[in-house]
Formats: sequence, structure tokens, C-alpha cells
Amino acid sequence: MASNLTHLSMSEALSGLKDKQFTAVELTEAHVRAIEAARPLNAFIVETPELALEQAKAADARYAKGEARPLDGVPLGIKDLFCTEGVQTTAASNILKGFVPPYESTVTANLFRDGGVMLGKLNLDEFAMGSANITSAFGPVISPWSKPSKGADGKVTFDRQLVPGGSSGGSAAAVSARLCLGATATDTGGSIRQPASFVGCVGIKPTYGRCSRWGIVAFASSLDQAGPMTRTVRDAAIMLRSMSGFDPKDSTSADVAVPDFAAAMTGDIRGLRVGIPKEYRVDGMPAEIERIWQQGIEWLKAAGAVPVEISLPHTKYALPTYYIVAPAEASSNLARYDGVRFGQRVEGKDLADMYANTRAAGFGKEVRRRIMIGTYVLSAGYYDAYYLKAQKVRARIAEDFTKAYEQCDVILTPTAPSTAFAIGEKMDDPIAMYLNDVFTVPANLAGIPGISVPAGLASDGLPLGLQLLGRPFDEETLFRVAGVIEQAAGPQPLPPFAA
Amino acid sequence: MSLDKATVARIAHLARIKVPEAEQESLAGELDGLLKWVEQLGEVDTDGVAPMSSVLNVSLRRRPDVVNDGGYPDKVVKNAPDAAEHFFSVPKVVE
Repeated sequence: MASNLTHLSMSEALSGLKDKQFTAVELTEAHVRAIEAARPLNAFIVETPELALEQAKAADARYAKGEARPLDGVPLGIKDLFCTEGVQTTAASNILKGFVPPYESTVTANLFRDGGVMLGKLNLDEFAMGSANITSAFGPVISPWSKPSKGADGKVTFDRQLVPGGSSGGSAAAVSARLCLGATATDTGGSIRQPASFVGCVGIKPTYGRCSRWGIVAFASSLDQAGPMTRTVRDAAIMLRSMSGFDPKDSTSADVAVPDFAAAMTGDIRGLRVGIPKEYRVDGMPAEIERIWQQGIEWLKAAGAVPVEISLPHTKYALPTYYIVAPAEASSNLARYDGVRFGQRVEGKDLADMYANTRAAGFGKEVRRRIMIGTYVLSAGYYDAYYLKAQKVRARIAEDFTKAYEQCDVILTPTAPSTAFAIGEKMDDPIAMYLNDVFTVPANLAGIPGISVPAGLASDGLPLGLQLLGRPFDEETLFRVAGVIEQAAGPQPLPPFAA
Repeated sequence: MSLDKATVARIAHLARIKVPEAEQESLAGELDGLLKWVEQLGEVDTDGVAPMSSVLNVSLRRRPDVVNDGGYPDKVVKNAPDAAEHFFSVPKVVE
């Protein structure tokens, strides 16, 4: 039993803890060993085994007294974008190296309130800017997945060099490689859903406002949302319930009730209208993506749902809109890193020179590029032509969804336009990299929830996900439909590298 | 419209990021490529459309204007690269 503890789902682990089949300390120790063995993946920036064992002991004490909490004793990874009191938080940037928050983010505080155990802080793209987890100041994360290749001697080998997707690449790699039962992640343009698709995990970006942004290092405040990455749909429902909730400290936190998301997984989708947006058939889309998408439509039809062709006419403008809005907000949010109150400082001949030196040394190339673009589109003379125009197109994109939901209850699309690629690919061409998020960005612009569910392997042996988009604050329908896809897709294979 | 070296230098100054002159040319090319790509938004008819700055159709919540936090200066300056007696130290600003 003990050797398989890392292969349990979160809901199985919670049952096992309740039934005293194993203790929270045993469960945590198994994960701590798995993390040590998986260091070559570079998924964690900081490991916190002592803290984890302390939290696990407290969970065991509560189980003994019959006072267990909803997530008691569940070992989790925390994306290093969530501020954790007393534990270094860097956003994978040199400029925040050594920063130890004196406060706890609301989402992690909610998870700890419910008994969650923190194994450590997970690697990511610097300030969550990237789609491959190759921009981290702590080096790239390696996917536990790889393409099998047969040598001359007939031996199958795995060349470990694929990206886990991004920006939540550490979360994706850790959940997929069985290093934690679930991980927190954030999604500004697809950073939960695209990596979930690349590693065969479940990832949900809830409705904007569902999870508090307080204490999460800000990238683009009108787009950022936190969500869980897990190995099953039910686990995502359990974990999201703990993460969510109204928070007066975030002025955009939604004061709405948090439902029991898992209870919505009835399996009954008879008569549900599933929108299939014709604009998501993009030029040059691999046949494999089209095949998985069709497969998804067939699965839902077989369960009694009704596919409806819908139109989201402004889809092709979502990415360029995003690459104005997100850098503009980032340039403003990242103005705080000036070497005065926290983070790294590089001295200069005067104050202005100190700022410029600090920011040149502290930010990586992609972050500098986005700050520069953002600064430009907000600058006098260009604000109307770029930023204001993008905000108006954003309204058009949001309106597309409002109209679509008059004809359907949920939308089904591929999550990403390809399977995972190799580290080093697409690095010289920012636009080619940005295209990874072509199917995920519209949900952020419109603020609607989206979930990626594993749909099996493509012909290259790598996982592919399907995305479901829902109405604002209707994550329950997403979980219900995602559960049906998960059931139809069957058990997902283990990655070649798993604890 | 093409973005030139001088514009890069101006943006770098506004963003308070030092960009060595040797890198300005290549950065100008990169940023110009991105700006050309986003110019396709000009195709979209946005006459009469209100700019969308938030997905929430409500005005931001307000709270009573009272002090509800604080009183821990040690924590506030704990991460400062250079702090003295609960002050953030910076290079001399006024001569």
C-alpha cells in the first residue's frame, strides 16, 4: 500500500485517511520521497518537507479526534506566484529572489484552513509570462512526458526534453509525475488549461472573481484567476471549493455562494446544448487536434447532449487583443519592483539610475519585452490607437460569448493547438509561442470559466486535452460535462517518468 | 509606422529599464513585429462600443475609510534591500 500512496487520487486519499488505512504523515512522507527522486524535472523552486510534516501531524490529530476538515492531510504543491508567509516567494524572477512574504495569500490560507499540506513552491514562467515554462529564473521545468523512440537494438527510450506547458509548468509536471495530489495554478491567458492539456491533467480556470487574487503576485489584474490542477475532475471540484470564496481584501472578488462543485457531477447531460464554435477550426490545425475534438463531440452525443454549431466571430482577434491588454496591465503592476521596498537592488549613480539598473538586471528577456510593449501602448499618443482599441475589441469578444450562450449551455473546443513541444522550440519567435494560447485566451478576456480535461493520447504518444467553456459562475456545468468526458476517455496512462 | 531606436530608448526610459545601446536595434525589430501583428485589430468595427476594462459590470466595492491594518513596521521593512530604523533607504534625491 505505502508505495502506491502517490498514485491515489485526492478523493481516494481523503477516503483512505478517513478510514485510517494510512496516516497523513505516511501520505506526506511518500510525496516528500517522490519529490526528492524527481528533482531532475525541476518542478519545485523550494521544498518545504518540515512544514508539510508538521501540517500532516496536525491533520492526523484532527482525524483521531473525528474533527477532520475537507482537505485534511492532502499534500499539495503551491505555484510560486502565491505569497506564503515565511516561505520564499519569487514568481520565478531574479528580482524577487530571497523575498519572504510576511503574509499569506487568501487562496493558500483557505487551503490551509481546510487542512491542506504544502509540499513546496512550484516553478513557473517568470511572472507567469510564458507558455512553456522556459522563462523561469530557476531554469526550465522538464515534462514527465516524452516521445518514445525505438533504438537500433529495439529498446524504447525516452528523451526527456519536452516542455510541460506554461506558465503553470511546475504545477503540471508535479501533478502528472505523482509528486502531489493537486497543485494551485493561475491562468491569465491559458496558464492552467494549456499545461493541463500538455501533461494529461485536469485544470480549471474558474470565473473571474471566484478565487481571491489577494496575495497572488499580479501579472494582468483584469485577467488573472487562480484555479487547481489535479488528476481527476472530482479532485478539481474538491480543491476549487476550498480555494474559492468571497474576500473583502480583493475588490474584484465576487460575493457569491460557493457551491459543492463535486455534487454537480451527476453524469446526466441529457439534452444539454453543446456549442461547437466554427471559428476554432484554425488554419494549419493538426489533424490530431481535429480528431480529438470530433471524438469529444461523439462522447457527449452518446451521453445524450446535443451539439450545436455556434459562431464566435471575433475569435481571431483575441490573441492580439490580449497582447495589448495583458502587457499594459503588467507594465503597470510590475512598476512596484524598483529595488526600494523589497526584492533585489542594483545600485546606480542616482535614484533613477538605481531603478533602471535594478529592473534591467532583475527582469528576464520576456518580462522586459512585455513591460516595454505595455509601456508603449499606454504612452501618450498611442493610448487610443492601441490600448483603447483593444479594450473595445475585448468588449466585442465578450459579447460573442453572451450571444453564444443564448443558443448553447456549454462550449467544447480543443485546449491547445498542438501537443507538447521540445525545450528550445519556438523560442526565437514570440508570436509563434503566443499562438499556444489561441483557444484559451478568449475565456480570460470574457471572464468566463474554462476547464481542460484529458482526452487521451495523440498519435505522437503525448496527451491532449479538451476544453469546456461555461457561463459566468456556472462551473457546475463544466464539472458535470467534464466528468462525462473523463468517463468516456477512460483511465489515463502514466507518464514515462512518474514517482 | 516603424519603431526606431530612439523610440526604444524613450520607452526604456519610461519603463525605467536600462537597455544598452547595442541592444536597442534588435529590440526595435522585435517590438515592431509585435505592433504590426496587433494592428489587425483595426479591421474590427468598434464604433459605439464602450471600452471594457473589467469583466464585472459593477463599480468597485468601497470600504469605510478607516485604518484597519498596520502597526507592524518590522514586517513592512523586513524585505527591504536597505532599511534603517523602519525607513526605506534610497540614494540621495535632493542635492
